Amino acid sequence: MSEIKSKADKRFQLFWNTFFIVVSIVALIPIIRVISVSFSSKDAILSGKVFLYPIQFTLEAYVRAFRSGSFLSAFGYSVVLMLASTVICMVMTVIAAYPLSRPGLKGAGIIMIMFVLTMYLDPGMIPKYLNVKNFNMIDTVWALIIPEALSAYNMIIMCTAFKSIDSSLYDAAKIDGCNEIQTLVKVALPLVYPTLATLALFYAVGRWNRLSDVLYYVNSSRLYTVQMVLKQMIEAVKISQEEGASSQLVADNIKSASIMISMLPMLVVYPFIQKYFTKGIMLGAVKG
Amino acid sequence: MKKENEKKPIKRQSAKVYFQNTWQLYLMLLIPVIYMLAFRYLPMVGTVIAFKKFNVFAGIWKSPWVGLAHFKEAFGAAEFWSALKNTLILNFGDLMIGFPIPIMLAVFLFEIRNVRIRKATQTILYLPNFLSWVIIAGVITQLFSTSGLVNELLHKIGVSEVNFLSSPFIWRFVYWLSGVWHSAGYSLIIYLAALSGTDPSLGEAAYIDGATRLQRIWYVTVPQIRATISIMLIMQLGKIVSIDFDRPYMLGNTLVKSASNVISTYVYNVGLQSGRFDFATAVGLFQSVVGIVLILSVNKISKNMGQEGIM
Repeated sequence: MSEIKSKADKRFQLFWNTFFIVVSIVALIPIIRVISVSFSSKDAILSGKVFLYPIQFTLEAYVRAFRSGSFLSAFGYSVVLMLASTVICMVMTVIAAYPLSRPGLKGAGIIMIMFVLTMYLDPGMIPKYLNVKNFNMIDTVWALIIPEALSAYNMIIMCTAFKSIDSSLYDAAKIDGCNEIQTLVKVALPLVYPTLATLALFYAVGRWNRLSDVLYYVNSSRLYTVQMVLKQMIEAVKISQEEGASSQLVADNIKSASIMISMLPMLVVYPFIQKYFTKGIMLGAVKG
Repeated sequence: MKKENEKKPIKRQSAKVYFQNTWQLYLMLLIPVIYMLAFRYLPMVGTVIAFKKFNVFAGIWKSPWVGLAHFKEAFGAAEFWSALKNTLILNFGDLMIGFPIPIMLAVFLFEIRNVRIRKATQTILYLPNFLSWVIIAGVITQLFSTSGLVNELLHKIGVSEVNFLSSPFIWRFVYWLSGVWHSAGYSLIIYLAALSGTDPSLGEAAYIDGATRLQRIWYVTVPQIRATISIMLIMQLGKIVSIDFDRPYMLGNTLVKSASNVISTYVYNVGLQSGRFDFATAVGLFQSVVGIVLILSVNKISKNMGQEGIM
């Protein structure tokens, strides 16, 4: 019986191993395609020779994408914006979560409810826009930082992490003469390092990828993030396509190079951050 | 039980001692609380302009009331109904296509013993989750435009060109498919985690009783992750009237507007583009209210059915 079983099992394993290899390859094809086009020459693209590997390998598209001043400066600005807003988000999250995690703090329950409600009550795009406008933040960099500076969801994850700290450590810190701020910095934060890293990455990726607030709150092109510049580039191609012009093919390699450059920060850090994100999802799921 | 333990250390404290011990904590909380009031609750108050004739110069409070006029106008506007219909169609498709796929992937991936293939698949499928919809829209045009990869392949096997991105009907499938590509990895990880918490001895018992592998998966493994599946389903059902902005906005184009114009893009167009703040707020408010009612009722129904709720 075990003989039959192992044969059937082998076939099962073989089938599903193959299946998942195929699925993985198919999932990678879109990115492989963009990479190939970005490294191919204009002529090769125009004549339709490029398939899933570069033809007439050239870095021309990358050079041109970087030479166009708007893209390069938007890239640098986006990196700085991402770092700055992540720092602000983390400070806000920690100073909200730490007090709420301490047992016996009066009023913590009500404040917690106040935070949780914001996860379900969405005021909508226009009231949020008018609010940002009332704070005189339209067309400033603050509009891209402040409105999303604190997510209740992440705050709850942070709070759960703080709650897992053994209260005897707090008592020890108190006996040693630490005030609450010193306790937070010297005792609590080092202990919740993995959660800190996870949430910082959540905020950073969120900021890097978000288009909507740039579209809503910002008019001047000096405040455009990489996503916004890329969007304009893609839109230009879309329009030329709708008009049926073949000229859009020429821009294809530059567009692909720009897509690759915009992906770059995510692709570079992905292998390192993946496990944190997996953990982060779990933190959220446990809460759910 | 837990509460008793927590309350012990602070009993019999005078208010003064309590405050001396905790004022720094309250100081820390002050900033986030003010922030939440200013950037989450103040805009909620701002939704009153849905019932007013909003005048930018008069401001929110001095603008005159108009009652339900904006809602009546919205319910009479064909474009509103088309946006609502498209929102429902696109979300429903996500539910039908995007919801079961990660469950199936997770169940079979969990059965695989080759750890490297398991890890690699997980890593690769999770990757697109980190790409913005702007990037995905760029990738999609590379794949599905008339000169894209898919049409090249179709051309090679002698099939004539398909206008994936300009036919509203086919465009919807591109939208759903891109959703699977973007989000399947995320759900996959959640289901895999749920699976790793299941009890393997149940499967072994079923095996001894003569159950085939598929029977074991269907009758033993899947029921053990039913709670996770139902929570994920509740969350998605609760969001069936609300739709993210970036995805339909970036994937859509003028040729497929009849399929890609959804509530969020409609609010953006009439509100921020055309400056009809009051009317757009009414449309958004309608969506939010229906959304909350849906979340609460789905949650209630699932609790009545003996499943876990999300609240």
